[in-house]
Amino acid sequence: MPRQLLRDGRVVADDWSYLDDGAGPAASAAGGVILSLARWVAERSAWLEAPGRLGVVLSGAHKVEQLAPDLSRFDLIVAEFPGPSDGRGYTQGRLLRERYRYAGELRAAGYVRRDQIFFLARCGFNSFELPESELAAATGAFHTFSAAYQPANDAGLPLPLQFRR
Amino acid sequence: MLPSFAGHGCRANHAFGPTSAPQRGTLSVYARTLLAAAAGRRLVSFDMYRYDVIDRALVNERVAQFRDQTQRFLAGELSDDEFKHLRLRNGLYIQRHAPMLRVAIPYGLLSSSQLRALGSIARRYDRGYGHFTTRQNIQFNWPKLEQVPDILAELAAVDMHAIQTSGNCIRNTTSDHLAGVTPDELEDPRPWCEIIRQWSTFHPEFAFLPRKFKIAVTGAAQDRAASLVHDVGVHIVRGPGGELGFEILAGGGLGRAPMIGQVVRDFLPREHLLSYLEAVLRVYNLEGRRDNLTKARIKILVKSLGVEEFRRRVEAEWEALRDAGLRVGDAEVARMRAFFEPPAYRDLDDVDPAAGKAAAFRAWYRYNTVRHKVPGYRAVYISLKKPGVPPGDASDMQMELVADLADRYAFGEVRVTHTQNLLLADVEQEKLHELWNALEGAGLATPNIGTLTDMICCPGLDFCSLANAGSIDVARLINERFDDYDYLYDLGEIDVKMSGCMNACGHHHVGNIGILGVDKGGEEWYQITIGGAAGADASLGSVIGPSVAKAGVADTIARLLDVYVEHRSPEERFLDTVRRIGLKPFKERAYAAPAAA
Repeated sequence: MPRQLLRDGRVVADDWSYLDDGAGPAASAAGGVILSLARWVAERSAWLEAPGRLGVVLSGAHKVEQLAPDLSRFDLIVAEFPGPSDGRGYTQGRLLRERYRYAGELRAAGYVRRDQIFFLARCGFNSFELPESELAAATGAFHTFSAAYQPANDAGLPLPLQFRR
Repeated sequence: MLPSFAGHGCRANHAFGPTSAPQRGTLSVYARTLLAAAAGRRLVSFDMYRYDVIDRALVNERVAQFRDQTQRFLAGELSDDEFKHLRLRNGLYIQRHAPMLRVAIPYGLLSSSQLRALGSIARRYDRGYGHFTTRQNIQFNWPKLEQVPDILAELAAVDMHAIQTSGNCIRNTTSDHLAGVTPDELEDPRPWCEIIRQWSTFHPEFAFLPRKFKIAVTGAAQDRAASLVHDVGVHIVRGPGGELGFEILAGGGLGRAPMIGQVVRDFLPREHLLSYLEAVLRVYNLEGRRDNLTKARIKILVKSLGVEEFRRRVEAEWEALRDAGLRVGDAEVARMRAFFEPPAYRDLDDVDPAAGKAAAFRAWYRYNTVRHKVPGYRAVYISLKKPGVPPGDASDMQMELVADLADRYAFGEVRVTHTQNLLLADVEQEKLHELWNALEGAGLATPNIGTLTDMICCPGLDFCSLANAGSIDVARLINERFDDYDYLYDLGEIDVKMSGCMNACGHHHVGNIGILGVDKGGEEWYQITIGGAAGADASLGSVIGPSVAKAGVADTIARLLDVYVEHRSPEERFLDTVRRIGLKPFKERAYAAPAAA
């Protein structure tokens, strides 16, 4: 059974597969394949030509700017959260959405729990790889707070208060 | 004997009842007069931010969130480490004896109702006291973990919370405790503090920074908020055309590698304050070190890049986001300023309240009250540095008494100072003697503000699991050694700051005399520095030599003071003498006697 994840507020089956750095490019999954950034950089021209949907994984240390020229090639960008304290992905998400106008799926992976969902969503993330035990509870986490004090990537979320009062 | 001030009438007129719906703009003078009349002799506070239904909803939602997280932890669904990252965002530490809960007091400003609620919490959930901190917050040292959600709910009922009082996020914004009443002020910084408080609260991008992040805002010539040792210091300044804006500093901080903040921008137009802060935070969030906790503060980033390169990166980021919806418009500034309008001062002349009064009152008047910009008023320090009491501690009954006195004498408002005292900002000079009597009876009139015994002090080994050595004990020994007020007054202005470990919560680096607890083979020893300062002329103190045993600390300080007294010019402060004559004479004398063994 494919793993389940939370996407656009619903629990769905993950139709993407991660491609190991050593594995051949063939046999791409129906949904699409996800490359490491290193592999993308090494094989960029081949993948630009290749058919099929493509995703890439960013770690906290990677610069979003590096992907900027090729963003239109990606249908999925995965930001990797190594643990409960590393918050670089939040900035990466906002930069991708707000500065580089990335419109594809933006996924949080690694250490992701319901307690982060509200902030992640406000930073532009729309899909979340969660432990199975967290999936149901996490669907309610988008409404942890009913308003926000500052603008962020808030399609469909409340406007910052200073503009509403 | 104090008159009783039952809370009911006060609450009805106060800003916290459900009937006090948010209002745009200021109340008219007429409305104030009506309310003041309705309150009888009691004056009503207007000069603080008042929550509206949205602010209130957010703190209540936080209580619900934290209650859920606590229940999941107690049910074993969250590991210790997972819960740690959540509870820290809510001011909850696991300490030596029990959890410690730090409650936010935004820029140190409290209404009397809020202080009363803190007193009530101290009595019912703690052991009858609270500890006020250098960042103008309060800590409770003995709550039970399972009761913390209830405490938060009680705080929410008076528009308070513990949001972002610990953890690697943007902490409470601090400010000048004399904001709005000091004659040396360009502009009241509190509206800007509240603008920053709101922007930084639940900021989705900056909830998991490399390390904690502290912002201080001041608008006066004197820096009473230690802004130069904050991650970011915001100074209200005049621009080239005379308009008000901000000087922005970054990279100050204490701890293991103390540094003075450096100017990143000398003038920022005021509408860009939030976008500029967002740019600073964004650069820090991406570039700050995450591999080593002791090198993760922004000061290390500023130092390693150099301030020019740091500035270049911030400015580049700011250029890209400055128009992205964070502009603070005139309407928002006006809305915030309206909350901090001056209270309804009476039309009075300055008098000499000390004339013909007893020496004890005259000493208190001289040391514990300061000039007010409005004739006929003084600002009054309530010393929490009584000998024998841990510095910064106040009992439940003291908090309630101060709340009552604030209602009676100070428009229902109380402030917490960076130096761990309380302050009534607006007291009529004619009422000072009455107020002094009431404070004196409660042990709150120790006339030592600004003197050697007005020490800043962390909780130390007695409470804190990080500490290497006791602080409170040393404060007690210093108080016992220097109990002669004539001598203290002769010494004049000296600030002593004491931390129980390198984390420097007691700001020892910027004490004129700094004391740092160190662990030497399981024994408590103390390293002494001199020449530090936290104000506008901030500097880091220099170590005078080897550390001394606990029993030798007070004697060592006494010898340092002897050197000062011998060398000072007339009216010269300890700090200025140290700066003028240098360390050498102090070093030579400090270890002269056998007491330093």
